Amino acid sequence: MKNLLELMGVEPDRIHFSWISSAESTKFVKVVKEITAKVKALGPNQRFVKQAAKVA
Amino acid sequence: MSTYTENIRAIAQRLLKECRVDMVIGFRQGTMPMMNEPCIVRKPEEVDRLVWDSNCGINLANYLTNRKEKIGVVAKGCDSRNIVTHILENKIKREQLVVIGVPCQGMIDKRKINAAVQGEILEVAEADGQVTVKTAGGSQTFKKAEVLQQNCSVCTHRNPVIHDEMVAEPVAEQTGIDPYADVAAIEAMSTEERWKFFDELLAPCIRCYACRNACPLCYCPTCFVDESKPQWVGKGQDPIDVRTFHFLRAYHCAGRCTDCGACERACPVGINMRLLTKKLNKDCLELYAWEAGLAIDKRPALDTYKANDPENFIH
Repeated sequence: MKNLLELMGVEPDRIHFSWISSAESTKFVKVVKEITAKVKALGPNQRFVKQAAKVA
Repeated sequence: MSTYTENIRAIAQRLLKECRVDMVIGFRQGTMPMMNEPCIVRKPEEVDRLVWDSNCGINLANYLTNRKEKIGVVAKGCDSRNIVTHILENKIKREQLVVIGVPCQGMIDKRKINAAVQGEILEVAEADGQVTVKTAGGSQTFKKAEVLQQNCSVCTHRNPVIHDEMVAEPVAEQTGIDPYADVAAIEAMSTEERWKFFDELLAPCIRCYACRNACPLCYCPTCFVDESKPQWVGKGQDPIDVRTFHFLRAYHCAGRCTDCGACERACPVGINMRLLTKKLNKDCLELYAWEAGLAIDKRPALDTYKANDPENFIH
């Protein structure tokens, strides 16, 4: 799924997958920190976002 | 090609006379050139309606879903792979089927012919690798190899993978071609270019769902696009909704698509949505060494787990 989204032009750092057990709190914190940093670097997502219909 | 037609008729007649099947699904001449249509024959005296030429691109596996009768089905390479997929997905039983295998030499792309000639096409005939197109203004001849559907020109499974009867000797498979060159070209683009490429590719889409209807894989009783509780995707022509539709449609075919080209063939505006399914085929081949519908005793890639499945996308 990640591959096809990227083929369609979604940035590679936008989508992340992880497998974290409920006992792995430190891993959870680490992964969330990494992902937020990467996504913040990309800025707000403009793709696959539906704009509200323009009303005249 | 005419021997193909004769042999299909002879086999169909024999099967129906011996009551081995209740019906035979094949092709009949369409009302317009290059538009052969699926045809169900139930009586031995009706077999003369069946024909075969290079305009039989529709995938007949689409007409087998949830059938209860005993069926003889005419199948080229891609059809047979979709029949295998249907059997694996319990949409039909192998015992119900008599597969009439047709070694295929590719189907003509009607859009290429239409673009190359002027005026209304009255007749399209083929012989010895040449396609002759008659219009009111005269006639033009093309090399068949130049007017093939793109998926046929890169096809490496022309012969049926399962068959009970064969219409002719198997044809030589094409070698030395890269079926995924077009996908690789997109992969080489930047993220920005890729987004723009698909914007332009999908812009003409009118959401008619012909691609879905022509596809033998799309047999859900209610398609996700028709569902309104919950509504998974907007139904209008908003570019993002169009893109979401094509993305999800392709993804539903992951590990199942045989690149038969029925979707692109059916599209009234000629979108090459096969690029999306081909990317998934390419991934399946590279990640899981899987090509859909080649063996009746193997479970599909997305249906099995192996300890060495690639998982480098997981943090």
